[in-house]
Amino acid sequence: MLLIPCPYCGEREETEFHHGGEAHIERPQDPDALSDAEWANYIFMRTNPKGLFHERWVHAAGCRRWFNMARNTATNAIIGTYKIGEKPPKGAR
Amino acid sequence: MVKPFLRQSPLAHLHLEARRPLGDGLPEAGIHVAERPHRSQIAVRGQATDPAFLQGIEKALGISLPTEACTASGKPGDLQVLWMGPDEWLVVGGPDNAALIISKLTTALVDLQVALVDVSESRTVIELSGKQARVVLDKGCSIDLHPRSFGPGQVVNTLLGRGHVLLHQTDHEPASGSSAYDIYVHRSYAEYLWSWIEDAAREYGLAMRS
Amino acid sequence: MSQINRLAHGGRIDRSKPLHFTFNGQAMRGYAGDTLASALIANGVRLVGRSFKYHRPRGIMAAGAEEANALVQLESGRRTLANQQATRIELYEGLSATSINCWPGPNFDLMAVNSWFHRLMPAGFYYKTFMWPAAAWKYYEHFIRRAAGLGVSPKLPDPDQYDQMNVHCDVLVVGGGAAGLAAALAAGRTGARVILADEQAELGGQLLGEQAEINGKPASHWLAAGESELAGLADVTVLKRTTVFGYYDHNFAGMLETRTAKLPNGGATTRQRLWHVRAKRVVIAAGALERPLIFSDNDRPGVMLAGAVRTYLNRYGVRAGSNAVVFTNNDDAYRTAIALKDAGVKGVCVIDTRLAPHGELPTQALQAGIAVIDNSTITGVTGKRRVQSVEVMTLNADASGVIGPARTFPCDLVATSGGWNPVIHLHSHAGGKATFDEARGLFIAADTLQASACIGAANGEFQLNDCLKDGFRAGRDAAAKAGFKKASRRKLPTAAVVDEAPARIIWALPTTKPIGQRGKHFLDLQHDVTVADVQLAAREGYRSVEHTKRYTTLGMATDQGKTGNIPGMAVLAQALGVANPGDVGTTTFRPPYTPVTLGAFAGRNVGPLADPVRMTPMHHWHELAGCKWEDVGQWKRPWYYPKDGESMADAVNRECLAARNAVALLDASTLGKIDIQGPDAAEFLNRIYTNAWSGLAIGRCRYGLMLKEDGMVFDDGVTTRLGENHFLMTTTTGNAAAVLGWLEEWLQTEWPELKVYCNSVTEAWATLTLCGPNARHLLAEFTDDMDLSADAFPFMSMQEGTVGDIPARVFRISFTGESSFEVNVPASYGLALWTQLFNAGEKYGLTPYGTEAMHVLRAEKGYIIVGQETDGTVIPQDLGMQWILSKKKDFLGRRSFARPDSARGDRKQLVGLLTGDPDMVLEEGAQIVAENRNNPPIPMIGHVTSSYYSANLGRSIALALVSSGRDRVGDTVYIPMPGKVISAEVTTPVFIDPQGERLHG
Repeated sequence: MLLIPCPYCGEREETEFHHGGEAHIERPQDPDALSDAEWANYIFMRTNPKGLFHERWVHAAGCRRWFNMARNTATNAIIGTYKIGEKPPKGAR
Repeated sequence: MVKPFLRQSPLAHLHLEARRPLGDGLPEAGIHVAERPHRSQIAVRGQATDPAFLQGIEKALGISLPTEACTASGKPGDLQVLWMGPDEWLVVGGPDNAALIISKLTTALVDLQVALVDVSESRTVIELSGKQARVVLDKGCSIDLHPRSFGPGQVVNTLLGRGHVLLHQTDHEPASGSSAYDIYVHRSYAEYLWSWIEDAAREYGLAMRS
Repeated sequence: MSQINRLAHGGRIDRSKPLHFTFNGQAMRGYAGDTLASALIANGVRLVGRSFKYHRPRGIMAAGAEEANALVQLESGRRTLANQQATRIELYEGLSATSINCWPGPNFDLMAVNSWFHRLMPAGFYYKTFMWPAAAWKYYEHFIRRAAGLGVSPKLPDPDQYDQMNVHCDVLVVGGGAAGLAAALAAGRTGARVILADEQAELGGQLLGEQAEINGKPASHWLAAGESELAGLADVTVLKRTTVFGYYDHNFAGMLETRTAKLPNGGATTRQRLWHVRAKRVVIAAGALERPLIFSDNDRPGVMLAGAVRTYLNRYGVRAGSNAVVFTNNDDAYRTAIALKDAGVKGVCVIDTRLAPHGELPTQALQAGIAVIDNSTITGVTGKRRVQSVEVMTLNADASGVIGPARTFPCDLVATSGGWNPVIHLHSHAGGKATFDEARGLFIAADTLQASACIGAANGEFQLNDCLKDGFRAGRDAAAKAGFKKASRRKLPTAAVVDEAPARIIWALPTTKPIGQRGKHFLDLQHDVTVADVQLAAREGYRSVEHTKRYTTLGMATDQGKTGNIPGMAVLAQALGVANPGDVGTTTFRPPYTPVTLGAFAGRNVGPLADPVRMTPMHHWHELAGCKWEDVGQWKRPWYYPKDGESMADAVNRECLAARNAVALLDASTLGKIDIQGPDAAEFLNRIYTNAWSGLAIGRCRYGLMLKEDGMVFDDGVTTRLGENHFLMTTTTGNAAAVLGWLEEWLQTEWPELKVYCNSVTEAWATLTLCGPNARHLLAEFTDDMDLSADAFPFMSMQEGTVGDIPARVFRISFTGESSFEVNVPASYGLALWTQLFNAGEKYGLTPYGTEAMHVLRAEKGYIIVGQETDGTVIPQDLGMQWILSKKKDFLGRRSFARPDSARGDRKQLVGLLTGDPDMVLEEGAQIVAENRNNPPIPMIGHVTSSYYSANLGRSIALALVSSGRDRVGDTVYIPMPGKVISAEVTTPVFIDPQGERLHG
């Protein structure tokens, strides 16, 4: 079970959080400008790397804030967490 | 018509104050419990980076807004502000005071982009104290409540048992090892949480506090 | 039985506290401090059970967690525990245990016929035999289920209590042997928060079974001093009888503490406690486990691990035999030989695979007059239920075979040692790797992903002096890394260093015939996996140790192959021609290290606490009214309120009729309520909902539909404008948390520029829904500051005022199609108002109604329920709700309507169904076909989503999703059910008041 450093509350058990899938997927500004394939790509397609992964979490049972985490999916090492709108920490770009 | 005395907290029907202590043969109860119902609670949303917001709160309440995560300002039993999130606080006062607090806040925060919501009815408070209070919480709460990591004035949104609570430590006596906590619980979960505490505390002895 | 094998003195047992127990019904005695295993040996019990596959007789082979044979059923009835290792059961007064996996008893076992057919049960036997044809499984299953498996699960609820504890520490030390105790002392002295957990009833680990000295005195002095020092350190917790069973990411460990050695009879004490530990540093001092030598018929009762034999002598004052042979490839087992000789055991001799062993310990043994037969192996064992003798021959030059002549040694005990394996299980649980030490033939912990270290014997340090040094260093180091640097310079304890010569590793010892043709070389005693099985797997093409493990079941029993895995891997490597066993790899150890009862995992989350029960403010009124409950998420909602003798159908019909003809009251407090404030609130709703919100007048309500980006319906509800920048959203009961999460997700991650705050107020309000033509009259008695007339208070509007002198928000919205008032009052007044309404409501025919009547009433109007008419594949157009899709703005999910799938002509659409027989109520979920014929396959065109008997219509109604359904209105469709086919007419989904006259009235 992960020990997750919430950028607002500090380290808390994973049970307090919900996973929100891959991070840094922006909603298209003009959905109508996208082809069906591009729109499907935005909705459905996600990467699933072994190693460095940027993902979203929400501190559901804590401060209710969404944030991003850079995690190594092979080791579960957390390289860092960062607030929405911030850049990933050094070593996780 | 409905008389004020018919107002009922979520644990009122259990008549906790009239209950006998649990824990046969124990010389003294390690845990004391009471419901502290009907506290005024106002959810305040705003920008902690806005000096006008901070000043407005202090002006309206006479206490400062806690901007450090997981802390509280004010005095237990009196007006307090509990940190809930980076843009969210809970102002807590005695019973039947919410309208007055909101009007003071509204006046002081006029023209600011804030939200004030009266949530006094959403939660009741279970006060848990005693030498074993921390150990009982450890049974269902993953927060490190050891005095080195947690103490009076700290407050966390977390899980206790299988329910969500707002846990506020109000006191700690190093000499006796006794601690006191206010557990804010949503009213629909209150009876579950009470049953959970009763079950978890049984081995240490549980007495009701009026 | 008398304790014929108990020595006259010695051991750590308390001879002043005799205990009585029974094994297989036979009365026996032991002492406090015994385990069940040591007491059984003391009482002369040899045979404790039968093996899993061949039902071969088996005896106790170890003294700890590695025991593979001596599994028992402990106690009977409600407290029975299956597959308990006799070596880990502390003896208590009145204990009762029985053998498992044999019937009628271990001495005569009917299933032992399996051992005659062993040639028919090779590796992968179950796969080969029972995989095909699949249809035959039903014949095999009964046989396999009876033959396989070990103990018996309890049939009754466990009467005991279990609990859990969360704890945080700076240093967790796993294992209280010499290294672990030293580490705990060193860390504890710095002031760090330390937890020392040990699986046994007393600290000491392997020291308890040795005659070791520390600082020139018996080791027990140092143990006692250390334990007493730890007890004086405020932030050190010592947990005995506590097994660290699992080690997980980020230094999270699971520990199982057995709190009562004796099973308690009720009371406040919990039987076991599951600890969740989050440690800054973990020191793994879990010791080492001895592995057996693998020779022909090495499973016979009386063949034991040499270290275990020594432990029984030194710790329990029990000799495991009266005539012993020690069989070894290393020096350590000579300690056993010497101890046996000292205890008066006859004929002690040592068979050593090495040529001319010359170390310190063999020399001592020789001096004590113990015969040593070098360069030799045991080639056969006689005696099935008890070793009677062993046959010994000399090894050939490369140890691939033996050369004559054979010598026979009569004995009833064979103490074997193939060397010791560090316990790296926990290290492996948490992703740690291992490297193979070829010279010593063992795996050493290598890279770890955690802040942890293996020390002492768990790291291959087998000298006591090294363990002590390692322990103190590791304890200081761990504390320092956790931020506790206070130095404590003290003189370290020391122990004499014994010079031990290297072992000679021969993984499978030869006999007079090729392996498999004379006796069985057992690797895994609990699952009956032999060297021949692993060799066969290799011949059949298995290369990976992971695959071989699953194919042969090596190491997959409850002991997880603690003794057999390493020899098994080495045998596989040899069979594959791989020089270094490390190259075939070690399998990943997985939690738990030793079995954990389900009760401990459940903790106190059982019975009424299994899941929180959420209660509305009026919960206890419903309870007293005798309602039946429906679970909606964690909420309890009244389902219906049966009067005396009333059936469910009668009650629901009565409630439905009252709602349309008089007045009925529903507790709707569970609906999600979200307060939305901010200058961009309307714009936010425009994006979240499919329809437009900017123009909604203050005090007016609007129905909204929420979609996911794939265009599928996610939630619905009514939202009211309370002020220019202030809305109150309602959600479905089940989705309240999900919707708030959805709003926050978009606000925080995608649209941070929107100035909007969302707060849940679900719990703040009690919601009482008055429904029916008399609702207005009843409500009018309770308010004098609201005009309730249809003109002043039209449908889809809200007023604030007082109801029964309580401040209230009243919404004229309806989920039944009837004139309705949703009265919201502060939650703590909900029960009082509810009660007062009933006091006044009798004259109007006020009837409480539950969720079932609510469902019927809304279905009569064709109102959907998200999650019932929708299932994550339904778009608004399918529901006939094009009217709610704004064409003037973007909203979540809109773009997906342009996908070809959304435009398919054959999409399933919401329709009504009226059965030909008006009393026939269809089953929800029933499939629908267009043709009534009985030669399948027949294409399925849809399914029934909701179906009820409508008392208001005097007939059944149903809603369904049917392919091109709106084009089929007027058609007849068919619902095939067992034994009959039901016909139904497709209709529009509104059965009552299509013009909405009642609604607005």
